[in-house]
Amino acid sequence: MSFIQVKNVWQEYGDQVVLERLNLNIAEGEFCTLVGASGCGKSTFLRLLLGQERASRGQILLAGQPLAGEPDASRGVVFQRYSVFPHLTVLDNVAIGLELPRSPLLGRLLGSAKREAREQAAQMLTKVGLGHALDKYPTQLSGGMQQRLAIAQALIMKPRVLLLDEPFGALDPGIRKDMHGLLLELWNETRLTVFMVTHDLSEGFSLGTRLLVFDKTRIDPHAPNAFGARITYDIPLNSDRRATRAAVDALPAHITAGLQPAV
Amino acid sequence: MRLINRHPDRSGRLMLVLLPFALLLFAYFVGSAQRLADNPNDKLLPSASQMAAAVDRLAFTEDKRSGNYLFWEDTAASLKRLAMGLGIAAAVGLCLGIAAGTLPLFSAPLSPLLTVLSMVPPLAILPILFIVFGLGELSKVMLIVIGITPVLARDLEQRAREIPPELLIKAQTLGASTWTLILRVVLPQILPRLLIALRLVLGSAWLFLIAAEAIASTDGLGYRIFLVRRYMAMDVILPYVLWITLLAWLMDLGLRQLTRLCFPWYEGAKA
Repeated sequence: MSFIQVKNVWQEYGDQVVLERLNLNIAEGEFCTLVGASGCGKSTFLRLLLGQERASRGQILLAGQPLAGEPDASRGVVFQRYSVFPHLTVLDNVAIGLELPRSPLLGRLLGSAKREAREQAAQMLTKVGLGHALDKYPTQLSGGMQQRLAIAQALIMKPRVLLLDEPFGALDPGIRKDMHGLLLELWNETRLTVFMVTHDLSEGFSLGTRLLVFDKTRIDPHAPNAFGARITYDIPLNSDRRATRAAVDALPAHITAGLQPAV
Repeated sequence: MRLINRHPDRSGRLMLVLLPFALLLFAYFVGSAQRLADNPNDKLLPSASQMAAAVDRLAFTEDKRSGNYLFWEDTAASLKRLAMGLGIAAAVGLCLGIAAGTLPLFSAPLSPLLTVLSMVPPLAILPILFIVFGLGELSKVMLIVIGITPVLARDLEQRAREIPPELLIKAQTLGASTWTLILRVVLPQILPRLLIALRLVLGSAWLFLIAAEAIASTDGLGYRIFLVRRYMAMDVILPYVLWITLLAWLMDLGLRQLTRLCFPWYEGAKA
């Protein structure tokens, strides 16, 4: 059974149909890149996966269970902007993810638990290359560093699914390249299933193991909103990476536990 | 060079800052000297020495009847009422603002109510306050609270709405409940804005305080001003007004410094 099943999903806002008849099966550990013209529903699909919106018709199953109707810790997210908390330092931005679930009353940990959480957060930040900026506030970071922080923040929760909404759209090409490297490295280390919306086709091709193209198949010129977008191309990519991952997955658990460093 | 492109340099700026104050003082004392020359008993524009004598009498000499220093007594009474009013209004406004700005289920009943309530002229319901709460401290504090709470709440509601929805979603993916989300994401981002909102309503708070003291009180800065008005004692009124202005300005400065000190991330976040 596939990890994520999308069954005949429609999304409509009033008369406007954004997505129609989406059917997808996604295996665990897949890196899906979502491309398509502006306003064709890629981000809407991501919001459905996130639980920020509910599908008007059809359903999405995560590991066989209907998707929770609101965002939760099982799905991490990185937006293009506003992904990090401006009032927290870099370290606290990541540590907060360890504090919130464990302290339902105060939302913060105290004493040794807090120290532990901060140590863990610091390790994570070192991994994404922010070990030198732990005490800074996000506004003191460059755009690329802010996105590194947002990724670290999402991954500290060990989500099963990571959703990226044009995470590198506002970055310079050089920095974007670095971020691609970082993202692939983290993907290789974990069993993350990634969905990434991008405007950059080459980014979509080079990063993904599966490229999903969103487009409208039917257009009524008199009623441009009458028909929604569907997935018109579903292209498997980078089969070497996919094969590597499948091979690693096939190894007995006691070996892989030693191979895969915990994030 | 066009006027819009001309900037004062450092010393020029200082001079320009001081110039209007100096002109005001100059105009006052010229007028005062002229009137006193015509009539030494004139009370309308007292001289500096007359005002100093009045301040000395009120602030540094015991009152013959009560044995207190009236000026400081008035100041303490007024500041206490103001602090209580501002404190209660800030707490209530913060709760209402966050509830209305963050939780849609609370926003539906609260927002229209707050909008209507903020239109009620507080001074028009002052008689009601006196009837309900009596003529004691409570009615004066309540006037300040009722006068500024809706303004604070509406402002904070707006600020809470301006928090990007991405941040609220992100917090939920990090395992926040509604309560912890408010506690760790919304509240800390609203607090600096509360201080700024307080600075803006400081003027209204003083207005309501002095109005309440003028009508029913036995001490306080506003009470004193309205009491000595009967004797046309401008030599007391003017120093009191200056003192109130100075206090208000210091409170404004204090709140600004507090914002900078407690929320170092805030100025940067705005830019």
